Amino acid sequence: MAQLSNGHLLNAIQDKFGNAILGAEEPNGLLTLNINPEKLLELVRFLYNHEEFRFQFLTDICGAHFPDQKGAELASIYHLHSLENNMRIRIKCFLSADHPFVDSLTPVFSAANWQERETFDFYGIIFNGHPNLKRILNVDEMDYHPLRKEYPLEDQTRTDKNDSYFGR
Amino acid sequence: MEENRILAEDKKEYTTLNLGPTHPATHGIFQNVLTMDGEIIVDSEQTVGYIHRAFEKIAEHRPYYQITPLTDRLNYCSSPINNMGWHMTVEKLLGVQTPKRVDYMRVIIMELARIADHLVCNSVIGVDTGALTGFTYVFQWREKIYDIYESICGARLTTNIGRIGGMERDFTPEVIASIRSFLKEFPAVFDEFCRLLERNRIFMDRIVGTGAISAERALNYGFTGPNLRAAGVDYDVRVMNPYSSYQDFDFIIPVGTNGDTYDRFMVRQEEIRQSLRIIEQALNNLPEGKFFADVPEFFLPPKEEVYNNMEALIWHFKIVMGETDVPVGEVYHSVEGGNGELGYYLISDGGRAPFRLHFRRPCFIYYQAFPEMIKGSTLSDAIVVMSSMNVIAGELDA
Repeated sequence: MAQLSNGHLLNAIQDKFGNAILGAEEPNGLLTLNINPEKLLELVRFLYNHEEFRFQFLTDICGAHFPDQKGAELASIYHLHSLENNMRIRIKCFLSADHPFVDSLTPVFSAANWQERETFDFYGIIFNGHPNLKRILNVDEMDYHPLRKEYPLEDQTRTDKNDSYFGR
Repeated sequence: MEENRILAEDKKEYTTLNLGPTHPATHGIFQNVLTMDGEIIVDSEQTVGYIHRAFEKIAEHRPYYQITPLTDRLNYCSSPINNMGWHMTVEKLLGVQTPKRVDYMRVIIMELARIADHLVCNSVIGVDTGALTGFTYVFQWREKIYDIYESICGARLTTNIGRIGGMERDFTPEVIASIRSFLKEFPAVFDEFCRLLERNRIFMDRIVGTGAISAERALNYGFTGPNLRAAGVDYDVRVMNPYSSYQDFDFIIPVGTNGDTYDRFMVRQEEIRQSLRIIEQALNNLPEGKFFADVPEFFLPPKEEVYNNMEALIWHFKIVMGETDVPVGEVYHSVEGGNGELGYYLISDGGRAPFRLHFRRPCFIYYQAFPEMIKGSTLSDAIVVMSSMNVIAGELDA
């Protein structure tokens, strides 16, 4: 079977989704799409059910926080893998911190359950349609999302350490 | 998952049983709240995160070489694989090509780690079914693997082995000799371990058919590693996306058919044999050459030069203080860890520390299938299923 190329895959997705694709790049050869969050579930279903692509393995879901991008501070990042074509794709949804809603992938992948809970726990991204969206690694009483950049690593009232000598 | 919940429509009275968080049979800090009908599990819910140490947050504040010790503490049964995976991720971001000798040295260490990991997991399945003998017997050989780590890098459990760009030092003749003697003596011991368990009627009666999962469900749950292969899917990162020159070696990927505890056990058993083959090939064909790539920004210069050469001293200082900026980029790299695809997703904004680093921890992803796998089985089966899944608390909670 001929190796599926990024260009071919991108053309097929662009034909189907057109304006919903907000950007595409290939860092280190891995096709990375920036997609309108409203179309995420539809795109994942398309990739899952497509006869040729068959992206039926969810490798990873994680979040990221870009405080400088106003209106698109949060990102929900997905890695899908087509085991038959041995090809990966990365999908990013940028969300505003005021309205961090994106569709849950749990209807397609059972594996999404805990990974979305983890992303919610650390970044506060709300996954619509998730069956049990609550904190997973942190304590339930925590009232912030610790991996957002505004939360410092250590207690800032400490006086016994001066990190400025170390460029931190 | 909602569909896992059974509602008590039949007015039966169920018992709620807390298995864990600290229970000697769970080998780590896991809490399972089980709803029991007599001895049968009708529902369960896991609580994870008891040893969460915020590695992803810490990693955003540490220079790259200081993240290796964090990876040690993910799957601490096979820390060298985690270390190598991290070095390779950074090398991919930097665009560094490592010499063949480095690749082969890494393969030897990673396969030793895989043997150690699988030995622990498989012998613990024996312990949980009442066969302590095999465990005490092979643990002695895990210690020998740790001795080899110790002679390579000075540490045993949390190894911090290798450096970005290569290995910290070359294999000494003693290291080669100890690996050779391991290759010579271990197979006989392992055969005895196999004879003890593989066709043992009592052991088979206990684990054949327990905790079975179909290939479709396993893929949907994001299973990787021996657990996925036991269900019959031949996905192995070493073959699908070869790293560190794995394409040079001849080895077989064992697959199971039923995805039950026995298949998981047998897949690991065969992988130990294949790992021995790989180590032997790598050792026999170990290329001559340098044990590090040419990356002065990350690979420490030799000590003699640091004392006698200005440039080397400057590099040494910059590396130790973590003053080197890394190019802007985004990279996902995965290795076949002891229990599945261990992935590193790294976003660099050009600073001295990662902007974002996410660990794809295989057991965090597949442990969520546990309620589905133990539903309808007995409590004693649930214990065996859990140990056969090779869930490591350090990796689960990161």
